[in-house]
Amino acid sequence: MPLTDHQSVIAIQGVSKVFNQGRDNRVAALENINVEIRAGELVSLLGPSGCGKSTLLRVIGDLTSPTGGQVRINGKAAPQARLDRDYGMVFQQATLYDWRSVSKNVQLPLEVMNYPKAKRETRAAEMLKLVQLEEFGRHYPWQLSGGMQQRVAIARALAFEPSILLMDEPFGALDEMTRERMQLELLRIWGQTKTTVVFVTHSIPEAVFLSSRVVVMSARPGRVSGVIEIDLPYPRGFETREHPHFFQKITEVRECLRREEVKGSTT
Amino acid sequence: MSQVADLAAPVEEELLPPAGRDRWTDRLRRYVPALGLFVLVLVAWETAVNVFKIEGFLLPRPSVIAVTFLREAPVAFGAALFTMRNAVGGFVIGSALGILVALATARWTAVNEGLMPFAIAVNATPIIALAPVMNQWFGITNPMSKMSIVALIVFFPVMINMVRGLTQVDAGALELMRSYAASDFTTLTGVRIPNAFPYLFSAFKVGSSLAVIASIVSEYFGGLGPQDALGAYISRQASLFHFAEAWAAIIVACLTGITFYAVILVVERLVMPWHVSMRATED
Repeated sequence: MPLTDHQSVIAIQGVSKVFNQGRDNRVAALENINVEIRAGELVSLLGPSGCGKSTLLRVIGDLTSPTGGQVRINGKAAPQARLDRDYGMVFQQATLYDWRSVSKNVQLPLEVMNYPKAKRETRAAEMLKLVQLEEFGRHYPWQLSGGMQQRVAIARALAFEPSILLMDEPFGALDEMTRERMQLELLRIWGQTKTTVVFVTHSIPEAVFLSSRVVVMSARPGRVSGVIEIDLPYPRGFETREHPHFFQKITEVRECLRREEVKGSTT
Repeated sequence: MSQVADLAAPVEEELLPPAGRDRWTDRLRRYVPALGLFVLVLVAWETAVNVFKIEGFLLPRPSVIAVTFLREAPVAFGAALFTMRNAVGGFVIGSALGILVALATARWTAVNEGLMPFAIAVNATPIIALAPVMNQWFGITNPMSKMSIVALIVFFPVMINMVRGLTQVDAGALELMRSYAASDFTTLTGVRIPNAFPYLFSAFKVGSSLAVIASIVSEYFGGLGPQDALGAYISRQASLFHFAEAWAAIIVACLTGITFYAVILVVERLVMPWHVSMRATED
């Protein structure tokens, strides 16, 4: 089903998630979350540790189910969307399989989905070119640096052309310099593939630099405390980080986070 | 190339292993201390036996053992071949059963929970004590009486390690398969089994040494009729006070064990060139 820009690809409707329901150590990880994400958006989920942003991502990707509310993906329930292979996922760890070469790692989802061999190989080559690792197909993951491994993980996630890319702090384990380069890489890839991206991070500059919108979350219980439009023009580059408007947006996000903190401490 | 692409280029830090130009000389140099020690021990041994006038039946001189070794080699290696056959046969049976049971336990948790405590308990018992029983069961001249002991000894480490390898999989790797909506079978063949390979090979390495030991020791409990086996040969020569012959056969036993172990190492290298343990050999 073709989607126009105004249709929501991801509709999070009144989602709650309670861990250890009915026991003493009950934790309300998410409470009544409502977010709509449109086709081709790059939306960050931002908040302090324990605000449930990763849990929300896992609920979207049907790695865990919500205890209340529902998630609709392209008009379908999340479990159906997972079975239809609508998601590509990238975690903090690259999670490449040691026993597969880089190219074979990128082909993994294609093998699971029974693509013919020739198609798998051309697709893997295309994807490695996209993340600029075309000469590294025959290498093993351990021969690559952390940043390169994470780019392979991105190539793998995009190999089967999922409509949604879910990223859980994908650059969290990288050093600051590599991280900034990877952010540029991601924006370039996103610009080329037009995939809808949901990006979990606890870095305010990262969220502002990448996103078309930032969903600011607060902890205990995990709630949405604000959604901030980042109206900096794409394509963004090094100069974006030095733009006064970039700093304004960072301040705006920081204040949104802080308001919640103040509210939290008085109640 | 776009400007953004250029900025991304410096990420390409090559972390490839260094070219192996002096690899062989380095490797030889690494063995020099071990070789030196070996020669030193032999010289000390020879001198000690001469100086302290140790009786030949207690501890023969290395030179005497060497001469006997050369003389007895055809007989001893013939016996070793038979011992090796039992060791390999038992190893294959024990490993195959261990892997099959492990796959069953990975598939049905109840099997795992029911079986593992016993497996661990039996693994800690000296199975070699069953050798006389197996001689009764299969008949003393039947190779199965020896192979069954070997198989039992190899079975448990293989099974326990295989179960670990199948179950101790990185949670992220499993979630990845879930996100692809992969079937349980695909997850088994795609993630769990390759993940188990390093575990399996460490069990094989232990198992190969155990197999040769079990094979020889089970032969101490009774020979195989007309066919001479290494264990039977050693115990007979020792009982006749032919200690030089016994020592020569012990050398053959060492070589047998080392050969089996080396074969496992080679197979490991062929099967998992990707594994961590292979990386260290590159530098």
